[in-house]
Amino acid sequence: MSPVIEVEGLTMRYGARLAVDHVSFEVSAGEVFGFLGPNGAGKTTTQRMLPGVLPPSEGRAMVLGRNMVSNPVAAKAAIGVVPEIANPYLDMTGWQNMSLAGELYGMPKARIRSRTEELLRQFELWGRRDDLAKRYSKGMKQRLILAMSLIHEPRMLFLDEPTAGLDVESRRMIHGQVKDRAARGTTVFYTTHNIEEANVLCDRVGIICKGKLVALDTPEALKSTLASSQSVEVAFDEAVDLVALEVFEEVTHGEKHGDKLRLYTATPGELIQHVVSFAQERDVEILSVNTLGPSLEEVFLSLSSGERSDQSDDGGRS
Amino acid sequence: MIRKTWAIAKKNIRIYYLKGPVLIFGILFPTFLFLAFAIGRNVPAESLVPGLIGMALFFTASATTPAILPFETRTRTLERLLVAPLTLSTLIGGDVLSALLYGLFLSAIPLAISFGVLGAAFAQPAALVAAILLSSLCYALMGTLLSSPPTDEPSSIMTLSNLVRLPLIFFSGVFVPVAQMPQWGQWLSRISPLTYTTELLRAGIGQEVQIGAWSCAVALVGFSAAFWLIALSLHRRNMSRRLAL
Repeated sequence: MSPVIEVEGLTMRYGARLAVDHVSFEVSAGEVFGFLGPNGAGKTTTQRMLPGVLPPSEGRAMVLGRNMVSNPVAAKAAIGVVPEIANPYLDMTGWQNMSLAGELYGMPKARIRSRTEELLRQFELWGRRDDLAKRYSKGMKQRLILAMSLIHEPRMLFLDEPTAGLDVESRRMIHGQVKDRAARGTTVFYTTHNIEEANVLCDRVGIICKGKLVALDTPEALKSTLASSQSVEVAFDEAVDLVALEVFEEVTHGEKHGDKLRLYTATPGELIQHVVSFAQERDVEILSVNTLGPSLEEVFLSLSSGERSDQSDDGGRS
Repeated sequence: MIRKTWAIAKKNIRIYYLKGPVLIFGILFPTFLFLAFAIGRNVPAESLVPGLIGMALFFTASATTPAILPFETRTRTLERLLVAPLTLSTLIGGDVLSALLYGLFLSAIPLAISFGVLGAAFAQPAALVAAILLSSLCYALMGTLLSSPPTDEPSSIMTLSNLVRLPLIFFSGVFVPVAQMPQWGQWLSRISPLTYTTELLRAGIGQEVQIGAWSCAVALVGFSAAFWLIALSLHRRNMSRRLAL
């Protein structure tokens, strides 16, 4: 797949502070690319430079083959953006907000009308189209913003924390829309600090920390970088002392989680064989056994702190 | 580009024309200021006309633009405009257009009073039309320039705006014709765009003028061009600071 976003040495300085430090990556057509990072890491600044809202201090950003520094207007016509903190015009109705969005993209009136109806129905706002946006709930406003960003059928979407603080229903609707658009070939650049969201939605993720891109891969490949965080979680039909299982040489350490025992290991296959033998010898029944991989959150925390985390509160199933 | 500019202007008309600071500093304030000057003084009615129309144009056309960007920054709607395929000129142009229309629309009231009640004459209609159009444009652009400091507090910009606008009305021939001002006042009056509005209006209604109609028109065009270029440059420079608020 040819890249539709090409970023090279992108840098933003605010005075002496480096908010984004020579970031380089590519995003392919049709990809859902997650951009992760803790607060203040440089996510939103990057997200603003890519669609040409902020000019970078240094570096190059090409979007859909257009240089976003020297010629942002042409590329903006083909992209849709949901900024991190953005509101619709509260003193205008949902319909008027959609019409304004269409007019700003230079769409013909008839097309604006048909797209507005289609999108307001899709986002379950049709019944409230003539209400002022100030009367909408937070979830409805965010859905309206997303609908506004889609009015011109963009080839690429930039979404900055689109589900932050939303109710479950709105969050699901937005996730559904992202998956649906991606399935139809729209490239999505999805900025979030919600790791699980990135894990579920994204083909690849980039992790930015203190302005630097510290990781760039698929969620599963990133998880596999923390092999020592793999574990075997086992439940028996009667109480078993954790210490009795920690004696196996494959176990680095163990934890009790409710009625289950979690044993951390770099070789889960071998450990399972020992656990099965142990159960037979002790004449206890294994109720369940699962191997757990490191979660994306662990990878994220590990990269954020610069250290590997060997402990986990919640592992992802592998 | 014209359609996009008009889309922004339409949005401003819907949202900002009836905002409190715009109504207070664009209509009520100059109305009471003018009444305070005119009532109880033995001033011939026709000599009030240029001041009345000039003040109306000056305050109304420069009232909306200072409010728009701080409001858009505060309500977090600005970034939606910046992600659309618009140049900064189109974005600011939309604000200017809405302010220009506000000035033209509201100056119709003092115009009607001047010609219907105060008995002003249409001596040079072309000068009158030029005064109204060029002045509305000039003050709309002045308002845009005043809105360039990056803030999300409309009241800060309205205060700055009044700090600039209020002194100008005292040496621009609004209350006293430029010809009757002391020499230093006449010199000072040349740096105020409002002087050229009142002088052009005087020419339009056939009163004695100190500065010729053509010179006034050229001066208003010059002020407009300078306001536009400086405003664009400052807005371009301050936009990232505005987004960081």
